Amino acid sequence: MAEIVLDKVSKRYPDGALAVSDVDITIADGEFIILVGPSGCGKSTTLNMIAGLEDITGGELRIDGQRVNERAPKDRDIAMVFQSYALYPHMSVRENMAFPLRLAHVDKETINRKVEEAARILDLGQHLDRKPGNLSGGQRQRVAMGRAIVRDPKAFLMDEPLSNLDAKLRVQMRTSVAKLQRKLGTTTVYVTHDQTEAMTLGDRVVVMRGGLVQQIGSPQALYEQPVNLFVAGFIGSPSMNFLPATLADGQLRTPLGAVPLTDRIRRLAEAAKAPREVIVGLRPEHFEDAALLDEAELGAGATFTATVEVMESMGSDKFAYFLVEGETATSAELDELAAESGSAEMTDGGAQIVTRLSAASSIKEGDEAEVWFDPDKLHLFDPSDGRTLTHSD
Amino acid sequence: MKEVSDGKKAERRLGLWLCAPAALVMIAVTAYPIIYSVWLSLQRYDLRFPAEREFVGLANYATVLTNSYWWTAFGVTTFITVVSVIIELVLGMALALVMHRTLVARGLIRTVALIPYGIVTVVAAFSWRYAWDDTTGYLAQLFGDSAPLTQRASALGIIILAEVWKTVPFMALLLMAGLALVPEDLLKAASMDGATPWQRFTKVMLPVMKPAILVALLFRTLDAFRVFDNIFVLTSGAQQTGSVSMQTYNNLIRGLNLGVGSTMSVLIFIAVAIIAFIFVKVFGAAAPGNDGGKR
Repeated sequence: MAEIVLDKVSKRYPDGALAVSDVDITIADGEFIILVGPSGCGKSTTLNMIAGLEDITGGELRIDGQRVNERAPKDRDIAMVFQSYALYPHMSVRENMAFPLRLAHVDKETINRKVEEAARILDLGQHLDRKPGNLSGGQRQRVAMGRAIVRDPKAFLMDEPLSNLDAKLRVQMRTSVAKLQRKLGTTTVYVTHDQTEAMTLGDRVVVMRGGLVQQIGSPQALYEQPVNLFVAGFIGSPSMNFLPATLADGQLRTPLGAVPLTDRIRRLAEAAKAPREVIVGLRPEHFEDAALLDEAELGAGATFTATVEVMESMGSDKFAYFLVEGETATSAELDELAAESGSAEMTDGGAQIVTRLSAASSIKEGDEAEVWFDPDKLHLFDPSDGRTLTHSD
Repeated sequence: MKEVSDGKKAERRLGLWLCAPAALVMIAVTAYPIIYSVWLSLQRYDLRFPAEREFVGLANYATVLTNSYWWTAFGVTTFITVVSVIIELVLGMALALVMHRTLVARGLIRTVALIPYGIVTVVAAFSWRYAWDDTTGYLAQLFGDSAPLTQRASALGIIILAEVWKTVPFMALLLMAGLALVPEDLLKAASMDGATPWQRFTKVMLPVMKPAILVALLFRTLDAFRVFDNIFVLTSGAQQTGSVSMQTYNNLIRGLNLGVGSTMSVLIFIAVAIIAFIFVKVFGAAAPGNDGGKR
């Protein structure tokens, strides 16, 4: 158990490339913290620096108050789970899990007891004498976890531990990882590029981009109060819709029509000295089929009418995709998000709006539909630097 | 017998046709000479006395196997093989690690390291001979006015040195291929698990690359056991430095004794086969081109 403090930690490669820049994170004892971001954002480098597998070129890393920058990985008392699991192919499951204990010269009886215990927790009992080559992906993943927990280390580091599993198993293992962490209460740093994993697993989530920390907060805080366009677009699935808009006369002129500003939004925007041209962000789940709402509800929000391009029914709800004529919102952050998701080339004349409607909606593909949304839930961003204009602390 | 469809039959026939040329060449250049030497080894057949040629059964084997010269040569060969292969393995591994870790001028370093292997052995052997020559050799003079090639111990040392110098790059190349099989994550995991660099090497790297090491050892052992050119140039087998191949050459080519010479070459063949058998069966080396091991 330990508190891990990253104090202005940076990583600059010999060729001058800055992979991680001034990262400040204080990870509380027993906390489950997630580093999330697109590939190349520096999350794995940060993890490797905590592990000691990469040198820290600036700042200080403290574990339990002690500077550990110069300590070798083996002297940091931290266990790591790799995406590839990194199991020793020539050793049985038992030997794999016992390896760190054997290196630490723990006596045989204790090793046996700890390995058996870990095997019991991870349900690996009947596989102890098999080689990793004969195990399924999920079993290998559990052996990798087992090798980490037998040591009772100060902290666990996990580098995309579930990425090599198929979708269904991944969801299952996600729950087991969360349960295991809660049970052991060990400080855990978990790296992933999957925002769903980040949202569901962590006590707190650190969103990174280009080596910089964008925002640190609880999953709910990141979702409700993203500090910039990048976080807003990265967190949430399907992601937030962005449209260009103009602030004028207490109104917001958007491709969806004029939207009245609620008092809350107006005050926040004024406090943030919002420019005239802004980007408005609307989450898919804040839309609804207008036909399902009564007068009072309709009056409390805004509506627009557009043609449904694609309709996806998920059973529990429906995703309706609209194409809205006019300009699309542009900013460096949005371009990067689009490149990351591979959707950069897919915008064809106009902005696509994704809405999540109730399953009861009877809207069909090709219909001209009236859609309602809640203007108090919208986010405003400054297109020049991406910062939010509707952030309230 | 299972019913075989016409398509399968045609495929098999095509397969046989495709293999046939290679098989015929193998029979012509390998099977025939082997069988012919076995046949010769069962005869008294000395070209100096061609009239006395007769079938003598295993008499030649009895002669060779009770002869002290043969056993001396066998001992020398074994000694050279064991010592040089061990040194080659250690140095080759060191060189492989260096080349594997090299970040700058990779290609250049690898090419330079391979030069000794690219030089014709006889040429290299001559340069070693001149270097150790007691009158002109610069290396001999380093050790005072000595004539190391005329002393048994030092001559064997020089033969081993020449062998090692020539084949370390080859060993390194084979081992480097093995190193590439060790995933970086495995070594990282080992450091996280508390392994020192030496423990990472012995407990993770070596076991994982064991198949590559065994193949390299097998190749080199078989090669070293048949050592000839270096000895031929450096000492011609004087001072009891001759290998079994030297003995065979002396009997077969110099002595014109086809019977005894063939017996020796058959014995070398058997020894080599035993070495290969031990490597494959006992140590579990995968036969080249056959990746039996599970990842």
